[in-house]
Amino acid sequence: MRFERREHRPLALVIATPILAIVAALAISGVLIAIAGAPVLEAYWRILKSAFGSRLSVTETLTRATPLMLTGLAAAVAFRARLWNIGAEGQLYLGAIIVAAASSHLLGGLPPIIQIPALLVLGAIAGMVLLLVPLWLRLRFSVDEVVTTLLLNFVAVLFVSMLIDTVLKDPAAFGWPQSQSVADGAMLPKLLSRSRLHLGLAIAVVLALLLHFVQSRTVFGLQSRAAGLNPQAAVFAGVPLGRTLVGVACISGGLAGLAGAVEVMGVKGYVTTDLSPGYGYSGIVVAMLANLHPLGVVLAALFTATMFVGADGMSRSMGIPSYIADLTVSLSLLTMLVALFFTQYRIRR
Amino acid sequence: MMAPVLEIVGVSKRFGTNLANDGISLSLAKGEIVALLGENGAGKTTLMSILFGHYVPDSGEVLIDGTALPPGKPRAAIRAGIGMVHQHFSLAPNLTVLENVTTGTESLWSLRSRRTEARAKLLDIAQRFGLSVDPDARLGDLSVGEQQRVEILKALYNDARILVLDEPTAVLTQAEAETLFSTLKVMARQGLSLIFISHKLDEVMATADRIVVLRGGRHVADRKASETSKAELAELLVGRSVSRPVRGAATPGETVLEAAAVSVRHQGVDTLKAVDFRLRAGEVLGIIGVSGNGQGVLAQLLSGTISRTSGDILLFGKPVDHLSVGDVVAAGIGRIPEDRNKEGAIGEMAIWENAILERLPNYATYGLVDRAGGMRFAGDIIAQFDVRGGTPATRTRLLSGGNMQKLILGRNLINRPRILLAAQPARGLDEGAVAAVHERILEARKAGTAVLLISEDLDEVMALADRIQAIVGGRLSPPIRNEDADRQRLGLMMAGEWHPEVTHAV
Amino acid sequence: MTAVFDILASAGLWAAVLRIATPLILGTLGALLCERAGVLNLGIEGIMTFGAMIGWLSVYNGADLWTGLLIAAVAGAVFGALHALLTVTLGLSQHVSGLGVTLFASSLSYFLFRLLVPVAGTPPTIEPFQPIAISGLSDLPFIGPALFAQTPPTYLAILIALVMAYMLFRTPLGLAIRMTGENPHAAEAQGINPMAIRYGAVMAGSALMGMAGAFLTLSAFNSFFPTMVQGRGWICIALVVFSSWRPGRALLGALLFAFFDSFQLRLQTTLGGAVPYQLFLMIPYILSIAALAIMARRARVPQALMQPYRRGER
Repeated sequence: MRFERREHRPLALVIATPILAIVAALAISGVLIAIAGAPVLEAYWRILKSAFGSRLSVTETLTRATPLMLTGLAAAVAFRARLWNIGAEGQLYLGAIIVAAASSHLLGGLPPIIQIPALLVLGAIAGMVLLLVPLWLRLRFSVDEVVTTLLLNFVAVLFVSMLIDTVLKDPAAFGWPQSQSVADGAMLPKLLSRSRLHLGLAIAVVLALLLHFVQSRTVFGLQSRAAGLNPQAAVFAGVPLGRTLVGVACISGGLAGLAGAVEVMGVKGYVTTDLSPGYGYSGIVVAMLANLHPLGVVLAALFTATMFVGADGMSRSMGIPSYIADLTVSLSLLTMLVALFFTQYRIRR
Repeated sequence: MMAPVLEIVGVSKRFGTNLANDGISLSLAKGEIVALLGENGAGKTTLMSILFGHYVPDSGEVLIDGTALPPGKPRAAIRAGIGMVHQHFSLAPNLTVLENVTTGTESLWSLRSRRTEARAKLLDIAQRFGLSVDPDARLGDLSVGEQQRVEILKALYNDARILVLDEPTAVLTQAEAETLFSTLKVMARQGLSLIFISHKLDEVMATADRIVVLRGGRHVADRKASETSKAELAELLVGRSVSRPVRGAATPGETVLEAAAVSVRHQGVDTLKAVDFRLRAGEVLGIIGVSGNGQGVLAQLLSGTISRTSGDILLFGKPVDHLSVGDVVAAGIGRIPEDRNKEGAIGEMAIWENAILERLPNYATYGLVDRAGGMRFAGDIIAQFDVRGGTPATRTRLLSGGNMQKLILGRNLINRPRILLAAQPARGLDEGAVAAVHERILEARKAGTAVLLISEDLDEVMALADRIQAIVGGRLSPPIRNEDADRQRLGLMMAGEWHPEVTHAV
Repeated sequence: MTAVFDILASAGLWAAVLRIATPLILGTLGALLCERAGVLNLGIEGIMTFGAMIGWLSVYNGADLWTGLLIAAVAGAVFGALHALLTVTLGLSQHVSGLGVTLFASSLSYFLFRLLVPVAGTPPTIEPFQPIAISGLSDLPFIGPALFAQTPPTYLAILIALVMAYMLFRTPLGLAIRMTGENPHAAEAQGINPMAIRYGAVMAGSALMGMAGAFLTLSAFNSFFPTMVQGRGWICIALVVFSSWRPGRALLGALLFAFFDSFQLRLQTTLGGAVPYQLFLMIPYILSIAALAIMARRARVPQALMQPYRRGER
């Protein structure tokens, strides 16, 4: 048996790929649900109902999708330039804690119209800075950024844990390690009343559109794609490799930092070390399911959020651990990889 | 005549729609040297891959001493005594010579490598055939010629009786090549049978007992070396008389590019040492040399991807500082890179994107790519340079090698550059495509473009260049005129022996 | 200063070094074996998590400790086979496949643990491996408790390091593995099947990763909780680079690393509240990054690392 490269990739196949991957992941998870002794179809039905069954659940799903869109975009833009940023989790936390610190100590008195943009920018910058360190190590010492970004995730979370245990500790939190809350003027406006759905969703969708435009229409987009596909040829054609990667790292780290800022300013109001249930890592899955396409990220984030919100509800009523969501999402990454392979190759005897 | 050691009987192999081997038969006697002659794409490599068990033939078989070899089993081929010396060495630079040679020679489940015995056997073989080598040297520290020796020793260590050498002289200096040929003759005298694959007529005539010519996947001729001539072989090889374009007289203009004592130092190694040359409008300056002697660095330097350590460069009479790729392209210098696929084009990008990538400043406003302009530019190249197999929006990977090279040539020549840097412009192309590339280069020369041609191919340089300099170990010889050049003299120059008197010749 | 000296003079420090080093030794050796054959295995973090869970769960359900360790190793090999399927057979990106395996193995661990072990206030425990004092030697000051009063898996880990060093550099199989990691085409030309070698190395390496995880629950601690691997897998990946892909140096690197780690643990208790404990906890990760920066250019990387091998494609 041999694999032969496909000359042409029909568009229908490209679009069908993530759907097939998700169906395959759901089928494998279904086996585990069955082993756990629950009716599979009913479990999936309840997941769907918990995620979309009421106004509240729809807004919850969209709220949950917001940081996933941002971390998904962060991974997608970086992976496209072959910059393996696996550090979105740490970048998210750093963005979050900067926002909490700045709002509670410096900018809290400013009117929202100034304070909110200022905080969003600060959060993004924090994320950028954390990604520029491993990029510098790569460009200067040839250190693989996968491992360094992964390791920095732990450093960042410990750093946040230290701050919320000491200088930024909220004295009113009964001894719990929790940061001081951001000022009221820092909270993002709600998109719908009586829900947690906030402006962050609009920001994420607009950024996805913007990123799509940048990647498909601008010089920077063309150069970063060239740098990712073939660095040697890109250099020969005069693409400034270092500068392009720094640009990509700023966008990627910035988006991840923004995810943290938005989560604090839109939902929590303060920072704890369980602010993110692995949004940074799920972002990788989201990006891959989207085949690194910014607009696909929006849809893939919705799927992922559906699984997480839905599984919480299903778990309460059926006794299946809600980890089934993590399981399905991670499986969909593996099935997507296989599906992508078969859009590029066909089997030949 | 003795029974043949090796017989290939009616072997055919099809890849998709391409019939790579079409009923090829071949035999080899003990102690005989057979040259397998053919163009790129004639089916030589496929045939040898079948012989070596990498491919399974669609029909036909391989007989060793009259016994059929099981198809698709490299191990069986090794055990039957077939050894292969690849053009791109199959060696691991980080391992020692002994480790490279002994890999796979013992049972994988044996609890101890028998290194003492292996070393003794290796040294014994090395002595027998005059292939001296240090078993404990790290392979990556050896010269190319020594590495090839290891590759040969590897085959002999496996008790090969039939040795296949794939383009063995492609990477060697003239002197190294001559040593190799005498080694091959020693091996034949000691009873080994050899097949060597080549497309160089001189070495085939000088070394082989018998010559087999392949063309388009078919066996077209089988001649004794004593009963044929270079002229006959050349015609058999191509199948028709392909005329490469003829170089007219040069009308050189003013000097457009001049290098004086230019050096490049990279990671503590001098890769270019005080290089001097002058390039004039309307002439072709050929830089000839064996691969790895600094011509790559020279090409990179002039292309703008690396910068010099010392020395002066004058462009159109004016001294220039570090040149970036953008500067080079903006100055009207066209660049044909050494390796199409690695440097020249990005396969996964569209043809129009590859056409404009190096000249983005001309196709961008406010950071936005002028897609329509790029498409038009690519369309013009496709039309004027006869690029077949794609529209501007096609992914570049789908083009054949020759058409990809036409695209690269086109994007450089369409705007009439003042200087053209061409590094190995015809490498790996078939005869028709070579002629087309050469024609374009001579056309540009006629139109007043100064061409710097970097090549490893003597024939190419002699056919195109008005003046020729050799590059050896990062040093550039003084130039000689085309009329003064012959193969022997160029061979000496490529070995680093240039005569003092020619210093003032041009 | 005296505080530092007191710590260095305490036997407890030296006993802790080997204990902390053991999962790192096993994990680093596992990753090293995969990489020597040319496959980066970022599945390590998840495989260690799964090993920790399944090893513990087996013992909790009545298996003996050695059986638990064996089950963890087999489970590791199964995930290794999955990684090999993606990266060797299909030739997919080793980075992304490895992360996928980590995410999958971790979430499967948490799912099965939550499904099979009822939620309780205090986590259920098992009776872990006990230290075996080697009579005579264990009474020596410092060296005794440090080297000769460890649990059996620690001795096993050291033995595996020595065996692997011998295997890689003194046997035909080791040479075949190294050749596959340097140049799979050359290996194939010499009659070795690079695919089979890569499958074998990745599965065996992943088995070691599974054991590394199981050591945490069966010897270092006595219960399983999510996120207990805490990035140890990533540290192992850094240690492989630090060791320049040599098992002996991997052993030393893991010990050196564990020394710093147990030193900071004790410094933490000595200095008490004066310095936030998180600063100490960051040390291992920052050390790993520093080790990478120092060694990345010097180390002799297997030339075919992360390059998929397809027959007949160069």
